[in-house]
Amino acid sequence: MNAPVAKKTYILIWLALLILLALTWLVAQVNLGPFNTVVALAIAIAKMFLVLLFFMHVRSSRRITWIFVIAGFLWFAIMIDLTLSDYLTRY
Amino acid sequence: MPETSSALAEQFEEMPQQQEAATLGMWTFLATEILFFGAMFLGYIVNRHLHPQAFAAASEHTIVLFGTLNTAILLTSSLTMALAVRAAQAGDQKWILRFLIFTILLAVGFLIVKGFEYRDDLREQLWPGPHFRTDLPREAQIFWFLYWSMTGLHALHVIIGIGLISAMAWMASRGKFSPAYHTPVEVTGLYWHFVDIVWIFLYPLLYLIHRSA
Repeated sequence: MNAPVAKKTYILIWLALLILLALTWLVAQVNLGPFNTVVALAIAIAKMFLVLLFFMHVRSSRRITWIFVIAGFLWFAIMIDLTLSDYLTRY
Repeated sequence: MPETSSALAEQFEEMPQQQEAATLGMWTFLATEILFFGAMFLGYIVNRHLHPQAFAAASEHTIVLFGTLNTAILLTSSLTMALAVRAAQAGDQKWILRFLIFTILLAVGFLIVKGFEYRDDLREQLWPGPHFRTDLPREAQIFWFLYWSMTGLHALHVIIGIGLISAMAWMASRGKFSPAYHTPVEVTGLYWHFVDIVWIFLYPLLYLIHRSA
């Protein structure tokens, strides 16, 4: 695992992250109603995947590492899901 | 005999196995960190759902320039950290140290910007409590409570990160790392990138809601 990634790849990922940062700032200046939050979170998730897969080497890691990574996010998702299933269904 | 390197702890058969175990250990810790920060993100989601207008009004007082600048600084520090790990893998002693020092300087820069921002926030009476500014709805204090605790906890992680990266820089300056042994740099990198990911989400949630309204 973890064969050295080309320096160029890291620099391209960094440029992509900065472009996404500029994009998220620009979109926030336009009123899209509830879609502002959707777009902002979609861009944040895209940035997270770039950092996870390339900077954190998850892309080239073994499957056991993938399971550990997914487990953390899965339990976070369960916590949010169970809590919102209460708050979003109160009338 | 397998390897005789002194960096290999006795419970492991070989270096790759040791590195694998250390990486999994760090990811286990990061899973607990996801839930640690996750509880605060959940508090944010629930309270924003309960008080949407107050959250929109409150977030207009965050300083977008500082927030955006700090996002760019942290993203860049993730690049220099990744390049430090790469230099360690390649055994390039000079550049391991240089990239670690660049990362530390960027992290310190982040804290300096945050310090100026906190000073301005306090001047604007955005600390929840009896002296909170009166032109905002009461529930805006919940947003600002979350702002101080989430960015505060994140800043604490940045400070711990500076400590860890400094320890790596010290080890690198003593020539402790080689292509066969660089796991501490790799694992410190994982921690640092995680701190970056937390900020990637704090930035839109704290600075960018209802900017256009």
